[in-house]
Amino acid sequence: MRVFKFAVAALLACQLLAAPAFAIGDPSEALPDPAQEARAVAIGQQLRCLVCQNESIEDSGAELARDLRKLVRQHVAAGESNEQVTAWLVARYGNFVRLRPPFAAATWLLWASPVLALIAGICIVYLARRPLPPSPLSEAEQDRLRKILEQ
Amino acid sequence: MNRRVLLLVPFAATVVAGGGFLAMLKREQEGTFDPRGVPSMLIGKRVPPFALPADAGSLAGGFSDTDLTGRPIVVNFFASWCVPCMEEAEVLMGLKQAGVPLYGIAYKDKQAGTAAFLAKHGNPYARIGRDDAGLTGIDWGITGVPETYLVDKTGVVRWRFVGPLPAEVAAGDLKRQLQAYA
Repeated sequence: MRVFKFAVAALLACQLLAAPAFAIGDPSEALPDPAQEARAVAIGQQLRCLVCQNESIEDSGAELARDLRKLVRQHVAAGESNEQVTAWLVARYGNFVRLRPPFAAATWLLWASPVLALIAGICIVYLARRPLPPSPLSEAEQDRLRKILEQ
Repeated sequence: MNRRVLLLVPFAATVVAGGGFLAMLKREQEGTFDPRGVPSMLIGKRVPPFALPADAGSLAGGFSDTDLTGRPIVVNFFASWCVPCMEEAEVLMGLKQAGVPLYGIAYKDKQAGTAAFLAKHGNPYARIGRDDAGLTGIDWGITGVPETYLVDKTGVVRWRFVGPLPAEVAAGDLKRQLQAYA
């Protein structure tokens, strides 16, 4: 019985911890048009909060992130495309603001790293699994070989 | 032979990675590398257009991007609610005493708050503009306050410092930049 109560309490605690993931979406921030709001969310989820850095501006509770969410919505409501809105922010904060960096001279290694790691892995497995070359004959064996050849 | 070379690979990789991390730590200590730093997009570009209303504490009204020409000007984003801004107040007063033209932008601050802050820590600014909505700050690409910029006499941003300005940076890097763009 006690174990059951503890399990229920733990479950409730988990739900409480999970709740903040939805808490940021203040309904007063949302655009009246659901399609535009969905676009704004999609854009915001790809933009890094400059304060928390590992959160998107849609997930962050920082003041700057709130201002940026508002600006993204203003630009979406003004009829700009997703690319235009993102470019507007990149012009101010650089590619750092994008959670998904573009393929460029500075990022090709980042994008190529899974393929390079796979090739390196295949090379290592190939080299490690190759049979060893036979070890040179010992003196006793060479003597035996000589004797066999002399016969 | 091949296998022995293969055994050296993890060792060599560790040495290379260790050397890299050591270099990062060293440069972090020297202040030339900040892993959390966001490079400014404004360096080498013209100041974005803006026109800020004057703060009550401003000696010569508010200012706009066109006012940042004719001589190199240091622009400092600050706020009374920002604790690191108190830390750099003394350094900024030092710049004023050294005759460096310093313009302030009160970022998302309340009039009364700015007034109390300037009364307590001194007013190093020749002009103060109010950025109540924080939109000018976003146009400059600031990630927080304080941030300090050097704008040269043609209105092009040349230098930026994030966080409270240390006395060593004011006397070192900033001074050199001011001389270079004088």
